[in-house]
Amino acid sequence: MITVGIDIGSITAKAAIVEDGKILGTKVIFTGYNAEAAGLKVYEEALSEAGFDATAVSKIVSTGYGRNSVKFADRAFTEILAHAAGAHFVNQKVRTIIDIGGQDSKAISLDEAGKVKNFVMNDKCAAGTGRFLEVMARALEVNLDEFGAMSLKSQKPAKISSLCTVFAESEVISLIARGEHRTEIIAGIHESIAARVSAMLARVGVVEPVMITGGVAQNEGVVHALEKKLGLKIEVSPWAQVNGAIGAAVLAATL
Amino acid sequence: MNQSDPGAMKTLGVYLFGQAKKLSLKFKKAPTMKDLMMVYYSEAKSAKVTGRKVAWITSGGPVEPLIAMGVIPVYPENHGAMIGASKMGAGLCEKAEAMGYSNDLCSYARSDIACATVNGGPIGGLPRPDMLVCCNNICGTVLKWYETQARYFNVPLFILDTPFCHTGYFEEAARYVRSQIDEYIQFIEDVCGKKYDFERLREVGLLSFEGQKLWQAVLDTAAVRPAPMSAFDAFYHLALIVTLRGTKTAGSYYRNLLAQMKDRVARGIGVVPDEKYRLLWDNIPIWPRVRWLSQKFASHNACLVADTYTSAWCGTTKYIDESRFIDSMAEAYTRIYLNIGVDEMAKTVIEMIDKYDVDGLVLHSNRSCKPYSFGQLDIERIVGEERGIPCLMLEADMVDDRSFSESQIATRIDAFMEIIKERKKNKG
Repeated sequence: MITVGIDIGSITAKAAIVEDGKILGTKVIFTGYNAEAAGLKVYEEALSEAGFDATAVSKIVSTGYGRNSVKFADRAFTEILAHAAGAHFVNQKVRTIIDIGGQDSKAISLDEAGKVKNFVMNDKCAAGTGRFLEVMARALEVNLDEFGAMSLKSQKPAKISSLCTVFAESEVISLIARGEHRTEIIAGIHESIAARVSAMLARVGVVEPVMITGGVAQNEGVVHALEKKLGLKIEVSPWAQVNGAIGAAVLAATL
Repeated sequence: MNQSDPGAMKTLGVYLFGQAKKLSLKFKKAPTMKDLMMVYYSEAKSAKVTGRKVAWITSGGPVEPLIAMGVIPVYPENHGAMIGASKMGAGLCEKAEAMGYSNDLCSYARSDIACATVNGGPIGGLPRPDMLVCCNNICGTVLKWYETQARYFNVPLFILDTPFCHTGYFEEAARYVRSQIDEYIQFIEDVCGKKYDFERLREVGLLSFEGQKLWQAVLDTAAVRPAPMSAFDAFYHLALIVTLRGTKTAGSYYRNLLAQMKDRVARGIGVVPDEKYRLLWDNIPIWPRVRWLSQKFASHNACLVADTYTSAWCGTTKYIDESRFIDSMAEAYTRIYLNIGVDEMAKTVIEMIDKYDVDGLVLHSNRSCKPYSFGQLDIERIVGEERGIPCLMLEADMVDDRSFSESQIATRIDAFMEIIKERKKNKG
């Protein structure tokens, strides 16, 4: 049975095609201002790239912030359930998930069967999310893709104490003005994200193995800062950015 | 009265309208909350015409001594709830911020302080007070808030200081609070310019006690499956036990409401169609979004069957002794839910979880109300350890809707309900 999961996030829209435990294709596009159009577009592009016709698809599940605007989906689930299903699909032993997306970061704890036990999400503030990193990258005039590698070279990460994205940006600008090296500032930004996320993790309780998902998992600097803060190894999902979409496709197979 | 004075004419108009409404209610079997609140506010707003005194009082303050002397109590917090529910909170909060008040200040305080200067809000502002009565059993903010208002209106302020009950109630605290009740009586005598009527206070005390017991009985009906009413209904029906406890009006309203709820129970009618999941609410409602939240939970067949907020107005009846109301009142007002330690709060929450047989706990982390929100992480943890039910934390504000993010809250509620449904399914 072929199922499709569509995850409409605040920055990107993702689709995943799954058949009997195998991932047949994934696709990521920018969401833009029209979530409904993005859902259709990412679905069609994922199918055409994987060489499938829509008639081959049995069930579709949508997730993410735009989950209710995917009108052609059979059902919508929240990204908490979808990320749990996706992580469990990739590694059945995973008991704790850190998901850092565009406007949300969350900690999810799973029971032995891979079911969601509890979750905590960031409050309304965007600090510690993908959007926060984008703002910082702009202030530092560094391509976001280089953030991870650069921060790993850091000797003494700068201290970013502000919890607010806007104030953190001005804090970063004043660090630049003081002549602080970019790598140290970037490492400091990653440590501030790690501090926020680990506070959420403490609330759900950390049980290993821990997996990180969501677009920000592709940033090795954030992963490194989290590992340092938590004192444990974090598994990066090989499907980090499309993990929610894969989870949605897995859930679709259970409908 | 000078007929050219438009203010006095308006007051007279409000008074006549209130009297006409009151008369019409005499012929009506069961007046609605809206009717009663209309009469209450018209009487308060026309107190100048009728020569009665108006006291502004905090929601947890002892109101019975005022009612016994014919003083009309008015509640800025109840008014704040009305401002929030009519979605006028953000505008008034912005006004207060422009006056120099921090946006970290309680939104009831902000909207009240702003409203007093412009007579805005859904009812065109509260009537001018003759005195202010502030009891700090609910929070410390009220002290500065009432001081500000006492200066603004240039009226006397009485502060009733109730020590925080970390682990219990001690003799020293009892004596301290009891002695202030005497000062309170003296204060009312001074402002009213007449001798205190203790016989009347005894009657008012009995009515207040009866009203609180009736309110508890109304809330208790939601322990039945399906619940005949929800916390969202309780938020609405609460107004009288706050504003008019100690009056016959409150008693007859709740007697009637209780009969209606009992009838619904007898006929098996639930307020949420096809109730499948039962939840407990903690903290003050998110007033501007009560309807949205109610519909959101109902769409998951979930009923918020009880809450720690509305039950606070009947949570201390165990300390009240009808035969010595004044003495026991001191203890009852000191030991309210917001003036006790987190361990005791958690105990109360767990008792409610058991009593109402709920599947999950929803905690509103209320940006405005620090004493209510401060211990919630501990309460969440204790509930998790003792009862193992899922807990959901919603960050918002009771009045200021700028602190509410619909799509984020919707995702949290949906995910929380997914967990609860999955658990119920597995339990069979």
